[in-house]
Amino acid sequence: MPAQIVESSPRPFNRVELDPITLDIIENAMLNARWEMDAVLFRTAMSPGIREQHDEFPMIANLEGKMVVGQFGSFIHGFKEAYDGTIEEGDMFLTTDPYACNGAVSHANDWLLLRPIFKDGRLIAYASMFGHMTDIGGKVPGSLPTDARQIFEEGIRVPPTKIYKDDELQEDVLRLILHNCRLPHWNRSDFNAIVAAIRTAEKRVLEMAERFGDDVYYSALEELLDRNKRAMGTLINMTVPETKQYFEDYICDDGLGMGPYRIKCAMWREGEKVIFDFEGTDPQSISSVNFYLNEEMFKMFAGVYMIMVFDPQIMFNDGFYDLMDVRIPEGTLLKPRFPAALSCRTHALGRIFDILGGLLGQGNPDFLCAAGFSDSPHFMYSGYRRADGEWYQLYQIGFGGIPGKPFGDGPDGHSLWPSFTNVPNEFLESYFPLRIDVYETLTDSGGPGLHRGGNALRVGYRFLEPGEISIHDDRWLTYPWGVNGGLPGQRSRKILHRTDGSEELLQSKCDRIRVEPGDLLYFDTWGGGGWGDPLKRPAEQVGFDVAAGLVSADGARRYGVVCDEDGEVDESATEKLRTDMAAERGDTLLFDFGGTTDELKARCEEETGLPAPAAPVFQNWFGSAA
Amino acid sequence: MSFRLGVDVGGTFTDLLLVNEQSGETYTAKVPSTPEDSSIGVSNGIDRVCGDAGVDPGDITHVMHGTTVATNTILTGTGANVGLVTTKGYRQVLQIARSFVPGGLGGWVIYNKSLPLAPLALTVEADERVGADGAVVHELNVAALEAELGKLAGRGVEALTVSLINSFANPSHEQQVREVAERVLPGVPVSLSSEVVPEMQEYERTITTVANSYVRPKVSTYVRNLQAQLDETMSGVQLHVLRSDGGLASAEAAEAYPVNLLMSGPAGGVSGAIWIAGQADHNNLLTFDMGGTSTDVALVQDGQAQLRRETTVGDVTVRASSVDVRTVGAGGGSIAHVPELTGALRVGPQSAGADPGPAAYARGGEEPTVTDANVVLGYLPAEVRLGGDMKLDRGAAEAAVQKIADALGLSLMEAASGIVSLVNENMYGALRLVSVEQGHDPREFALIAFGGAGPLHANALGKLMSSWPVIIPPGPGVLCAYGDATTRVRNEASRTFIRRFSRTNAEEAAEIFADLAAQASAALDEEGIPREDQTLSYQADIRYHGQGLLLTVDFEVEDLSSKGLDVIGGRFDSMHEQLFTFALPEDKELVNLRAVAEGKPTVVRALQVEDGDASPAAAEMLAHEIYVGGGMQEAMLYDRSRLKAGNVIAGPAIVLEMDSTTLILPDHEGKVDAYGNILITPSNS
Repeated sequence: MPAQIVESSPRPFNRVELDPITLDIIENAMLNARWEMDAVLFRTAMSPGIREQHDEFPMIANLEGKMVVGQFGSFIHGFKEAYDGTIEEGDMFLTTDPYACNGAVSHANDWLLLRPIFKDGRLIAYASMFGHMTDIGGKVPGSLPTDARQIFEEGIRVPPTKIYKDDELQEDVLRLILHNCRLPHWNRSDFNAIVAAIRTAEKRVLEMAERFGDDVYYSALEELLDRNKRAMGTLINMTVPETKQYFEDYICDDGLGMGPYRIKCAMWREGEKVIFDFEGTDPQSISSVNFYLNEEMFKMFAGVYMIMVFDPQIMFNDGFYDLMDVRIPEGTLLKPRFPAALSCRTHALGRIFDILGGLLGQGNPDFLCAAGFSDSPHFMYSGYRRADGEWYQLYQIGFGGIPGKPFGDGPDGHSLWPSFTNVPNEFLESYFPLRIDVYETLTDSGGPGLHRGGNALRVGYRFLEPGEISIHDDRWLTYPWGVNGGLPGQRSRKILHRTDGSEELLQSKCDRIRVEPGDLLYFDTWGGGGWGDPLKRPAEQVGFDVAAGLVSADGARRYGVVCDEDGEVDESATEKLRTDMAAERGDTLLFDFGGTTDELKARCEEETGLPAPAAPVFQNWFGSAA
Repeated sequence: MSFRLGVDVGGTFTDLLLVNEQSGETYTAKVPSTPEDSSIGVSNGIDRVCGDAGVDPGDITHVMHGTTVATNTILTGTGANVGLVTTKGYRQVLQIARSFVPGGLGGWVIYNKSLPLAPLALTVEADERVGADGAVVHELNVAALEAELGKLAGRGVEALTVSLINSFANPSHEQQVREVAERVLPGVPVSLSSEVVPEMQEYERTITTVANSYVRPKVSTYVRNLQAQLDETMSGVQLHVLRSDGGLASAEAAEAYPVNLLMSGPAGGVSGAIWIAGQADHNNLLTFDMGGTSTDVALVQDGQAQLRRETTVGDVTVRASSVDVRTVGAGGGSIAHVPELTGALRVGPQSAGADPGPAAYARGGEEPTVTDANVVLGYLPAEVRLGGDMKLDRGAAEAAVQKIADALGLSLMEAASGIVSLVNENMYGALRLVSVEQGHDPREFALIAFGGAGPLHANALGKLMSSWPVIIPPGPGVLCAYGDATTRVRNEASRTFIRRFSRTNAEEAAEIFADLAAQASAALDEEGIPREDQTLSYQADIRYHGQGLLLTVDFEVEDLSSKGLDVIGGRFDSMHEQLFTFALPEDKELVNLRAVAEGKPTVVRALQVEDGDASPAAAEMLAHEIYVGGGMQEAMLYDRSRLKAGNVIAGPAIVLEMDSTTLILPDHEGKVDAYGNILITPSNS
């Protein structure tokens, strides 16, 4: 049974005529409220993941649950369908189970809180926010076990639960949940922070309704959704062809030695509607790299990407959802069946953005972006301090090369994710038993292009206490591809230097690697792909990058530029080299993947030092067809 | 007799305020600014004000000055060629910054990052390492450093910055690097991050120190020239420059740490507002300074501006205390437009700037700006001019705004009024940021408006915020000069000291505070300010252990010894509760400790206007049609210079003066007080 909304004074809202100015004012006020949610959260949360790196997502939705401001689109429709209970004034819901909210959160580390907002006895809006908890128990610190076969191994799951009833915190329930986490006091603080952010949103919504009148506020939200739908309709019509476009990309491996996994998507337009069909995507993995992709969330990704590429002036919200039809076959990597493990979904989630770029851009090469830092690699380090036995546990997100794009170079060592920031190394060194010996981007790791892909980041972790580390990364086998003649970026790599002088090449995904004091891990992420013909990049710009140390004099030759280590360009030699290279190369490629997956696997051991992954075995242990 | 002089250099006018230090009597002058060399304007102004007052310039002992030189150097990218020395492995600290990409989901698609203030090509590494606890992990390799620095020779490095990892905990390696650098690169000034801002966080410490080096040559030249010029007519005069935090720095301190001057201009406005509103007994204020391209707002409680521990100029954010001024990129010059796909009305972020400026300025601008909307609505009367203000072309303004009207299917007046409402909404958002969102109730604050466009929009904002009265001080430029002249000499010293309350004690903290106090006072000693005229205050930045935020808590140092760290902790709990609705039972953590030394305030008597009765008839100019509240209404125009104390102006009305225009809305009235301020309130209150 779907959720039942209980209102003490149910009266319909009237859709009233609005002047355009009031509408724009309410839109501004809604945006202010959304930014304020972030500000409150960042300032009061405790885990570095949320407060420094900003792994969180806010939303304010209308009374039907459509997102009016936020990031990832609304899950409320699916939530209401799945929740068998009442939604009442004074409720605040907590859920962390992807299977119980249709993938609104895609692994159980993300705690999602949802607050229905009531005014004078009737439901007027929703506010919601979710954030990544550093630990939720389960078999490994950080709760992201690569080798999990079922979600039960990935820590505590909370089905949709009224964590506040009648504005009373259900302390017993919260205590039960926290009891299962390794760092309960971080979880509690982060939980408090999310509640505070949602309460702020509620206050602002009520103030706005009071200021403008309930009907005006209601109508404005409707109109904002309609306005977005009209704009997106035009955009879709302009940019999506009726003939099918295909694109596919890969997750390199599953952490169990198998891969790559294919994600495939077709896109075409039928009338005003755009269809995305993931037919041909590989079946679900037996490990935890599955990504339970909510269709509505994918619509938001697609919509935002189109808006950013084609017309950043459009404010995005859920209004255009009727214009998109997303088809994800069940039992695949993107719609795994319960109880498939989900914790390491970050790679497939990130890869979705590369797929979108490839799909939307191939018909509009001027707007095509290269493959970029479509991931948030994780690093975890935990153990007991020798002196006092105190438990320490670090969870960090990695950064890398933003792709070359139509509008310019990709920044070096940055984030693709909204509002993520790195944790100051001096802060890390003060609070965790490690030193960061190196924190720099890797010369030549960005894909050459007219617009250079950003460089990968190298973090050198020097461990000061015995402990265990986990690593979750990808793009060690497949390349961050280049476009419009741009070349691929450099792939990722992880090397552990032991104090005895030995070196170990680590898998891209691994858990429970033992480290000793003095060991040094080089955590190298990957560069962004290049955009456009590198032979056309102005030689003095290449020289500038060489002088800066972002590109080497050798690396400059990939741009057909001859220069010395100070970036002093030899113009005549450059001209000759460029002519020769252009003749030898012939036409440039729309996409440069650095080879087919078969070729990459064949060269794998030689190039990466790691054995090529075996073809995935798709185990189907629950009997239905994959 | 001795005098002090406040000088504010604005884009159009230079304002001066001369104060008799014994009687507090004041004299003002306004002369055109001379942008190519602002000291000429200053010099003209000094002649004028001294002439008018019959004062010998030689009797001026102190000159106080707010300057935008540091800010403009960053905004225009015209600073020094700065070299940088980092710890090995950290050469790209500025290139990577905090890895942040603005603009939300997908924002990276359109984000192009600007180049670091210290070029990578001029950044070298020192092979050395200090741990987070301050212990030396390995010694500085001097030979390697000499070779690295040698590479910078002959590369045009004008200033060198040293910022090593964990130098906040142990500055010895930075000091060693300086010795080497002075040998290898003789004549190049060297600054150390452990001296400029000895606080944790390598990127923030580095960018702050680099920004300091970046603006230093320009600021230094400016300050020296000004000092030299002042010395010609007033020998022995002491020049002071207003800091971002509203305190005064000596000319020497301003030259050494110009990163503290980035908000000098806005701080002058806020300081002036505090002073002038204080004369009218309003000490809780929202300040609203609306100019051509941007608007600054700040909150003042009990006569004190809220400070924050960072300053942002353009896309550079540094660790330096500044008056907590929030800037919105919208002002009179902001351009209104209607994007085709959405059909929504947007105002800004593009601005017509000073050139070509709004269409109404008739200098070739064709895009509709906020100023044009104000002209169309009649709030900026095109037919009357006073003194130096700009001639306005109403036809050009109408043509520009008509484009918006056509795109939205509205009448010309509706479109113009929409533009004004929307820009007001932006300002409202900024004012909420400093008030409601910090837990303050705006109804307990008066709104004080200045800047070229502030008085036009202030009444509307007072309505939105319910902040009464709306105070319109006379002459926005004089206001800043008041700010310059009435602030106190100030110096602060700070240090990062990260300790949980459970692992330190009041004695340990008190010892550090005593050191910091001595450091902070030393600069005032050098100014010749006797200790008995110095006031010391103390602050700690603290948080719950594990949190990322820092709240700055003021406290009395005597209480520390009698009541322990709870003095700080208790205040923190209540601030946290006010801001975020909850306090936590967690252990608290000290992060930064700070001592602030201030000199004595100057006694200044505000200029008073003549007493009059309630009728402002003597100042009436002519009746004039404006569009307000959805229709045309008749509004009286008044000449501000003829208003007298006690006059009550009924809205709708417009008050004109040389460099600003005040709009009083229907159902509101403006009362003139003894100092010439107009206090606007709803008529029935």
